[in-house]
This record gives sequence, structure tokens and C-alpha cells, in this order.
Amino acid sequence: MHKIAASDVDWETIRNDFPVLNQSVHGHPLIYFDNAASSQKPRAVLDAVRHYYEHDNANVHRGLHALSSRATEAYETSRLVVAEYIGAASEDEIVFTRGTTESINLVAQAWGGRYLRPNDVILLTEMEHHSNLVPWQLLAEKCGAQLRFVPVQEDGTLELDRLDNLLDEKVKIFAFTHVSNSLGTINPVAELCRKARAVGAITIVDAAQSAGHLPVNVQELGCDFLAFSGHKMVGPTGIGVLYGRADVLDAMPPYHGGGEMIISVTLEKSVFKKAPHRFEAGTPNIAGAIGLAAAIHYIEQIGRDRIFQHDSELTRRAEEGLRNIPEMRLIGASNARATLVSFVMSNAHPHDLTTYADQYGLAMRGGHHCNQPLMRKFGLPGTTRASFYFYNTPAEVDRMIEIMAAAARFFS
Amino acid sequence: MTTELEELYQEVILDHSRRPRNFGEVPEADVRVHGDNPACGDEIHLTAKFGADGSFQDIKFSGHGCAISQASASLMTMKLKGKSRSDAEEMITAFHDLVTDGSSEPPRSLGDLQLLKGVRKFPQRVKCAMLAWRAVEQAMHQQSGESSVSTEIEQ
Repeated sequence: MHKIAASDVDWETIRNDFPVLNQSVHGHPLIYFDNAASSQKPRAVLDAVRHYYEHDNANVHRGLHALSSRATEAYETSRLVVAEYIGAASEDEIVFTRGTTESINLVAQAWGGRYLRPNDVILLTEMEHHSNLVPWQLLAEKCGAQLRFVPVQEDGTLELDRLDNLLDEKVKIFAFTHVSNSLGTINPVAELCRKARAVGAITIVDAAQSAGHLPVNVQELGCDFLAFSGHKMVGPTGIGVLYGRADVLDAMPPYHGGGEMIISVTLEKSVFKKAPHRFEAGTPNIAGAIGLAAAIHYIEQIGRDRIFQHDSELTRRAEEGLRNIPEMRLIGASNARATLVSFVMSNAHPHDLTTYADQYGLAMRGGHHCNQPLMRKFGLPGTTRASFYFYNTPAEVDRMIEIMAAAARFFS
Repeated sequence: MTTELEELYQEVILDHSRRPRNFGEVPEADVRVHGDNPACGDEIHLTAKFGADGSFQDIKFSGHGCAISQASASLMTMKLKGKSRSDAEEMITAFHDLVTDGSSEPPRSLGDLQLLKGVRKFPQRVKCAMLAWRAVEQAMHQQSGESSVSTEIEQ
């Protein structure tokens, strides 16, 4: 079998596809290491969006004219592209949303609102982004359900020994992240889904940090729902995806009401379309969906295995370099991770460190990463996070190490 | 090394962030204000005791956060101790102008606080510098009891 190697790819050429990377910040070449917050966009995506607006722009699903037909076809083809990308059984299992946050809120309100009863349990983990925590808090308050959490261990992995106790018959839904946005931990999704199914719980996977970084196949993972955002995988902002297995999606009531999602409307009552259109009220983000499809084509040309290998090599390189700085401590540095490093410096607050880095053109994230409960558990005000993507280079990682070493001296 | 960084993190500022003055709690304080900056997690607990004329008889702070928020709080407490109410109000306005307004020359009355002038080149860090000042503003407003204040009410 041909082994997929990151060395097969011309990474330098790929980097040149991203116009934004070719600039100086505060007099230094930009090093963009804030990819877990949002990724940059290649020309192919920018061109696809521009082409749509210049040639095909019209509303979808209703116009009886040429432009509307083209817009509808492009929009629905994008749905098919997404379905194939994540291994869904059908494009009808793909709902376009504004992003991961809206996808999760959709499930919490539509599915949770219909099926959860007082004292049912919503199982989460301690490492969830606020977007996979707050919607469940709101739901629990509304319907009287209880929240439970799988603890996180010192190395950043979930305490799986506790799972069997926590995952009992009272758990109706288990929501967890594929890859932690603040620690980089990769969770064993297939195992978690299998265990949830054994007690009859529905699963929703937050794939915001994984969908563009490693192979994700919903049928292999065995999840009921999966949510991700376009902008973290070289696509536009404002477009995201909710995958729902057909039978679960079909049994879910609408989320927002409005045009596009109905079959017939009288003054008193409406009949709704089937999934996925039942969940897409109003004019959707057509250009966003087209841009997302272009992003997927771009990623697939490189290959997610190669991207994962490339990002993992950068992560290891960064870890090794940072460990040589005595003031530096890596947070949640288990082996089960890739794509990012999270760290604290003993003599500098994350914000001071991030401000310092920015003055050398190095863009990182400093703070709690929308993960306040986890930071509190680790006794940290926050961390500094460097998150990598396929257009980043080993030379940029080496430069980051130099800047961090200089910062350690500066703040000493 | 960039000039902006040297201006922002002057030796005195780094010193105050590492060894904050007036760190702790005023015994039998008249007023306690908890200030936080939810955007970044900086926290300040401010306690103060007022004299009969409303001046700051004693003022202390505790908490945690970045160098800018801690140094600003430390320098502020040194400056405000013993100051009258009207002097303190002037100081708050002058300091706010110092860290936000690039055009004016800071009044000399700010003393060492002028060293925080570098913040004006870093708009994202203004809230860090202002946190303790929001808390003291609230303390003067309520005169007694406990309350909370957040930088997010502003802007």
C-alpha cells in the first residue's frame, strides 16, 4: 500500500495560494498561528465566492429563471460535497447553518426541546468550548434536565474510567468535542459514541477543530449529530454544517420558522418540508455554502491524512522547542493530540506574552479560549496557544521558539 | 526589541506587576468592589476606607491578571491614598485620557502613572489598564457596601 507522506506535497506552493499570508505585521513577516480561532482562505475559495456573485447570484429554490436555477444547483451541489466529505449516507443529512455554535443550538433547542424531560441527563465533558456548554445550560434550565461532566485529567485527556458510571440510562444526550480547542486533545469519538448508544443516548460531536484537520467519517465514528464551521477549514465565515443521521433528523421538529422551510402555509398552520430544508428557514448563506465546497475541494486535493501529518510534525517541533525554555510549561501535553500547543510562561501572563509576540508579527491566542471552567480547573488565568495549519512552516515554528525565548528574557 | 514594547513594559511597570504595592485588604473597609474583565479573566478586589471628608484614608487591592492590570492597580493605590474626592475624580479622568487619547500631553500630577502612556498604542489593552480605575470609580460612587463592576459594561 502506498504510504501517504507529507513530503509528497509541495507545501511552499500551497502557501502561495493564501494571499493574506504575504504581509508584514509591525515590520516583521506575518506568522499566523491562530488557526484554531479561524483559518486563512486560499484563492480558490475567494474565486468561487466571487464567481457566484459575479455570474449566478439569485435566491434559491423559488425562482423560475436561469440564475435562480444555477444558484440552487450550486447550493445543493455544495450539500452533496459536504456529505461526501464527512461520509454521510445522503446529502439530506446535511443542514447548512451559520457555524458550529448554531448547529449545536439547533440540536439543543429542536431535539432537546422535544425529547428531554425533567431529570433526564445531558452528559458533557469538562473540556467543552462554551459553544458546547452554554446551549445545554439554557436547555437544562428550560426543561429541568441535569448536566453531568466527564472530568479532564492533568494530561488533558478525558477520565474515561469514570465514563461507565456517568453514562447510565438517565443520559439522553452526550455532547463532546472531537478535538479540544484549548489543549488539542483528540478524543476517542467512536468509543464514546458506541458507549452512548449502548445506553440509548444520542450523541453530538463538536468537530469544529477536527473537520479540516483530520479524516472525519460520521458513519465510522457512529455519531448521531456532528457540527462544524467553514471558516476554520479555509472556508468563509458565516457558513457551518450540522450533520444529523436521517432517522434522528426526520424526527426533529423545526428550529426557526419562515420561508424556504415550508410546504404550505395557512393563517393558522403550516406544513413543513422534510430535512434538511425544514431546518433552513429564510434565504441561506448561498455564497458561503459554495465557498465551503471550494474549501473542501482544496483540502481534499492535499488530503486530510497529509494535513494531519504535517500539522502533527509542526506540533512536535513546537513542543520540543518550547520545552527547552525553562520558564515555559506545556499544558495538557498528552500524546493524543496534534494541531496546537497550549502553554504558560512562569514570568509572563498570557496576555502580555501574546502582545509581545504580536509586535514580532507572530499571531497567537492568549486567554481562556472560551474554556473558562477548564482554565479554572487547571488553576490558570488562561494560556497562550499556537495553533497550526498546513500553510505553516517549520521555519515559522523555529521563529516562534526564538521569540518566546526572547520574551522569557524580556519579562525576567 | 520594538520601541512600543519597551514603552509598554517599562521597568517600573514590570516591577509593580511583580511586587504590587498596597496588595491586600483594608481592615474594616467601608467599601469593597470586585472588578473583572471577562474578556481576559483579569480580576481586582478593591477595598477602601474613607475619611470624614470623603478622602481616601486607605486603599488596597488584590487579584490577578496581566502585568498592565496589576501595575495599573498598584500605581493607582499609591497615588490615591490620602487624596480628596475631587482630586481622585480628576485623576480618574486624567488617567483615562492618558491611556486612550493620543493627542494630549498627560498632566504631571499623574506622576509615575504617566509610565502607562504606552498603553494607548495597544487599544486591546486599554481595558486591562482601566480595570482598577473602574473599580475605584464604583467605590467612590457607592461609598459603602459591596458591589461588582465589569469592564464589559463600558464600550
